[in-house]
Amino acid sequence: MSIGSAVQRPYLDVKDLTVRFETDDGIVQAVTGSSFALEKGKTLGIVGESGSGKSVTSLAILGLHRTRSNAKVTGEIWLDDEELITATNEDVRLLRGGRMAMIFQDPLSAMHPYFTVGSQIVEAYRVHHPGVNKKVARERAIDMLARVGIPQPERRFNDYAHQFSGGMRQRAMIAMALVNDPALLIADEPTTALDVTVQAQILDLIRDLQEEFGSAVIMITHDLGVVAELADDVLVMYGGKVIEKGPAIDVFKNPQHPYTWGLLGSMPRIDRERTERLIPIKGTPPSLINVPTGCAFNPRCNYAHLNGGASETERPELLDIGNGHKVACHLSPQNRRQAWETDIKPKL
Amino acid sequence: MLAYLIRRLINAVVTLLVVTLVTFGVFFLVPKATGSDPALLYIGKQADPVAIEGIRTKLGLNDPIIVQYGKFLKGLVAGRDYANGPDVTHCAAPCLGYSFKTNQEVWPLLIDALPVTVSLAIGAAVLWVLMGVLFGVISALRRGTIWDRSVMTIALAGVSLPIYFTGLLSLSIFVYGLGWFPNPGYTPFFDNPAKWFSGLILPWVTLAFLFAATYARLTRANMLETLGEDYIRTARAKGLRERDVIGKHGLRSGLTPLVTVFGLDLGALLGGAILTEAVYNLRGLGYFALNGIRTNDLPVILGVTMFAAFFIVIMNLIVDLLYGVIDPRVRLG
Repeated sequence: MSIGSAVQRPYLDVKDLTVRFETDDGIVQAVTGSSFALEKGKTLGIVGESGSGKSVTSLAILGLHRTRSNAKVTGEIWLDDEELITATNEDVRLLRGGRMAMIFQDPLSAMHPYFTVGSQIVEAYRVHHPGVNKKVARERAIDMLARVGIPQPERRFNDYAHQFSGGMRQRAMIAMALVNDPALLIADEPTTALDVTVQAQILDLIRDLQEEFGSAVIMITHDLGVVAELADDVLVMYGGKVIEKGPAIDVFKNPQHPYTWGLLGSMPRIDRERTERLIPIKGTPPSLINVPTGCAFNPRCNYAHLNGGASETERPELLDIGNGHKVACHLSPQNRRQAWETDIKPKL
Repeated sequence: MLAYLIRRLINAVVTLLVVTLVTFGVFFLVPKATGSDPALLYIGKQADPVAIEGIRTKLGLNDPIIVQYGKFLKGLVAGRDYANGPDVTHCAAPCLGYSFKTNQEVWPLLIDALPVTVSLAIGAAVLWVLMGVLFGVISALRRGTIWDRSVMTIALAGVSLPIYFTGLLSLSIFVYGLGWFPNPGYTPFFDNPAKWFSGLILPWVTLAFLFAATYARLTRANMLETLGEDYIRTARAKGLRERDVIGKHGLRSGLTPLVTVFGLDLGALLGGAILTEAVYNLRGLGYFALNGIRTNDLPVILGVTMFAAFFIVIMNLIVDLLYGVIDPRVRLG
């Protein structure tokens, strides 16, 4: 790399992202020092419980915390060699819905009830194509509705969100997000509000569209099945921090963090004996206001006693264990391997 | 849509019928309860028994109440004749009877008073909607700031201060004190628009202040709720300009609930803004209502009540029909 040339960055490069909210109860430390990268055509799965900072992370990328006066976002977010945290509101607005777009969890509440679905897609298109007349934009919207598999798109164009079924609504939401060919698509639990049969269709649709458009996709979910299905890389978040990340295949085959084990153990599986219970993670997620010192997972961890109290006092660093697979845990590699091989793996 | 409209119209007519029944019932029962005789109210206390009996026959007060009610309804629809032998007085439809006090037909009296009340109500409504929505939206967008708190404090004062206080205060300051405005009064619009305007400006502002306060609080609450909705986040995520996010997506839902309140408020005011009309000496429906009550002029009270009920029912109907247009989730049919 010669001096003066642009540093070759991944398409999306998030560094040390921290998001805080000042509330009446104190400062909510929603995301702390989260870093990850994503190339075009690849899918990153972000998993974690509610309140682990998944959605806050994605909203930070889109710059949607800017309208909240109590939010403080620090770190770096590079999208195609443009830094978004220091960029002006107007610059970020122009990227939003254009080069980066988002699909939300509940498409009924995420669509405006008083505007037709078609007009909302047209609006999204015309914001980023100011010169385009209404007729062309309408054709584009109908074309997108057809592309996401909505039958009779000319007719459905004039319907309202409440006249769509759940699955069709999410398809329309996807059509709206993709209308400007975004290079980065963030899907925030896109299938959570849907029937199981429809979930699979929507996931297939996202995968097909990704292949077609070659976008980078961030799939936010608490469903490890979805991640296993779609993701190239996985980011596991807990208490606002990244506690494990790496190639999906490594994280699934050889998970390192006790919390990741817990997530895997909580997943119902059809091939498991009925008599065996799921292995729930005991306790509740930590408060993000009074963040405990040490490892955030410590109070719920079954193995914290093995490392002589380090989990209570020191925050574990995210360390590479090879092949880009990183984990933030005080347990020694031997302890981890033994616990995984003897306690967890046989029960899955 | 047509079937819905017809059903709603029938509904409105039935409601009005019930209102006539109730008001007529009161009209009949009040004299009974107080021991006074409508015929006496009509003719005066010193009349001789023959004259009283004559009036009684002429007004049909000797008929059973059902017959009287039937005649009253017939008068509304087709007009009626008040007859005592050869002495016949025709009252053209819609007939609301004669004022006990002035012996004038009630219907033309109220029709004459109507433009005053309509001018007052519409003018004030325009003002209060503009002011209420403007201040409400700004308050919502600047939540928690000095601006928000001052507007809400003034709004609280507006809601709490009665018209006869703000009205008299405004009169003594702006008319008698500073002399900025002429003495309020009603001039028909088509006689002299400028005078119509200058004579009503103070009543408008006073009345609008009261309502604007309520509307500002309502708008603020609705907007805050709307701005927290997921679809507002979606609008931002699409890259819309903030002014479109607020001005298009926000206002569209934030102001919709106001339509109901506005319809009912306007309907109620059209039936007579009693206090405002009294304070500024405007001879609208409210003035006649007040006068009727003060002098026990039952036909006038009955007439004004019918007018007021009519406006409320009509505004309700309009609001319901309008909702089918502005809220696509309301299915008409």
